[in-house]
Amino acid sequence: MIRETFKHNPYRTEKIAHALLFSATVLVVLPVIFILWVIIQKGWSALSWEFLTAMPRNGMREGGIFPAIVGTVYLVVGTLIFSLPLGVFAAIYLTEYAKDNMLTRLVKLAIINLAGVPSVVYGLFGLGIFVMFLKFGSSILAGSLTLAIMVLPIIITTTREALDSVPQSFREVSLSLGVSKWQTIRYAVLPHALPGILTGVILAVSRAAGETAPILFTVAAFYLPHLPESIFDQAMALPYHLYVMSTQVPNVEVSVRYGTALVLLIMVLSMNILAMVVRARFRKRKKW
Amino acid sequence: MVKKKPKIKMENFSVWFDQIHALKAVSIDVFEHEILGAIGPSNSGKTTFLRSLNRFNDLTTDFRCQGKVVLDGWDIYKDIPIGNLRKRVGMVFALPVALPLSIFENVVYGPRRHGVSDKNRLAEIVEQTLKESYLWDEVKDRLHTSGMKLSGGQQQRLCLARTLAVEPDIILYDEPCSGLDPISTAKIEEAMIRFKKKYTQILVTNNTKQAARVSDRTAFFLMGDLIELDETGKIFTFPQDKRTNDYISGRFG
Repeated sequence: MIRETFKHNPYRTEKIAHALLFSATVLVVLPVIFILWVIIQKGWSALSWEFLTAMPRNGMREGGIFPAIVGTVYLVVGTLIFSLPLGVFAAIYLTEYAKDNMLTRLVKLAIINLAGVPSVVYGLFGLGIFVMFLKFGSSILAGSLTLAIMVLPIIITTTREALDSVPQSFREVSLSLGVSKWQTIRYAVLPHALPGILTGVILAVSRAAGETAPILFTVAAFYLPHLPESIFDQAMALPYHLYVMSTQVPNVEVSVRYGTALVLLIMVLSMNILAMVVRARFRKRKKW
Repeated sequence: MVKKKPKIKMENFSVWFDQIHALKAVSIDVFEHEILGAIGPSNSGKTTFLRSLNRFNDLTTDFRCQGKVVLDGWDIYKDIPIGNLRKRVGMVFALPVALPLSIFENVVYGPRRHGVSDKNRLAEIVEQTLKESYLWDEVKDRLHTSGMKLSGGQQQRLCLARTLAVEPDIILYDEPCSGLDPISTAKIEEAMIRFKKKYTQILVTNNTKQAARVSDRTAFFLMGDLIELDETGKIFTFPQDKRTNDYISGRFG
């Protein structure tokens, strides 16, 4: 009798479903909060003006992390310079121009799969091609190019999705007025795909700023207490600096390590927020 | 009756989409300054016929065609660059599509792309075309608000103005009133009848009454064949073909 009621009580099942879905969400959010809390709690005390602007001293045990911050900024900017135009143009070609045949589908599939290649493989590839074959040496140029190849699939995939989400009717209206295909893309499609493309940029920036493996062989300097002078110089970078301090250098204070992690986190977060603000602006202006 | 000077001559024109034979050796003359109605059930080929005239079928993959469409003596599939053709042959779609731009920018979208950048000239185009499409009085005080905030009927008239702004001499209508209320429909039809002085118009419609109201001649399509083409009065009173009669009297379709 009781069993029967239980089975056929839609309120009961509704409650169970709700509880299940809610606790799954909590389980997802909890680790994020926990990580943030630990990093902030342990790293906060290290943050100071000197920490952010000084060179590291005494085998990285003292001083600041300025060159690593600068190196990361250079790498992110370099990555975007190489990957953004290339990725967006390729996505435009694939979405708007390429005929839908076996080859195109194969290319699209390959691009999606590229996103799943482990980052250390990109690192090795960069070492082989840019550092050794093209003789860029271990340099910002080689590192940016390696990271650019790594984030290309992200940019291409998100840009393609953004272009696909622009209604087909916009293109038809533009074409029906005798406007050329490129102008149609430029004026009737791209402006409305921008928010989506920016999402791709956010993801790409976060990935480029945070990855360690691809820069390991291509750019990162173990300990370089001065700023790089050209794109052919090595540079320090935050994720690698963090890795080195945590595993290679004995007796580094906990707060210095967590402070570095906190700075990396804040940098990535603020870049994300910037991109989100820009995106929200575009969204407000362009609505359909 | 209008002057019988052919503007468009379609000769034995066939269209295939992959294996589907969508238009079967159709020959039609469209006269200058007339409104030609095209009616028929779905899949009858009437829209394919319409989209052959501004080469919009070319957008569909696996499109093939045979035969000729001649506009003012030029074969549109051979002699005219596709952009120039579409500038001369405007199109109004079934659903009003306002671009997410201001009313003003919607109208000047075409002219801007074709190189008009003088502000006064653009303002002139906007006023003139919005007046022609009976929208000016309703929007003249808010030209710089979004075109998407207009009602469906207003948006469709905005689309009409946008089409007029590139100065076509032919306008194609693809079921232009299928989503509109009777009053908005009446406004579009009023504009169409007034346009006869200036433009050659072809109207595809699912609404046979609309064809009867506005078109000078009416063509009945069925399964990709042109069954009958005659003056609208004759088609609706003494159709020669039994299938035409069945369709307009509502026995199928």
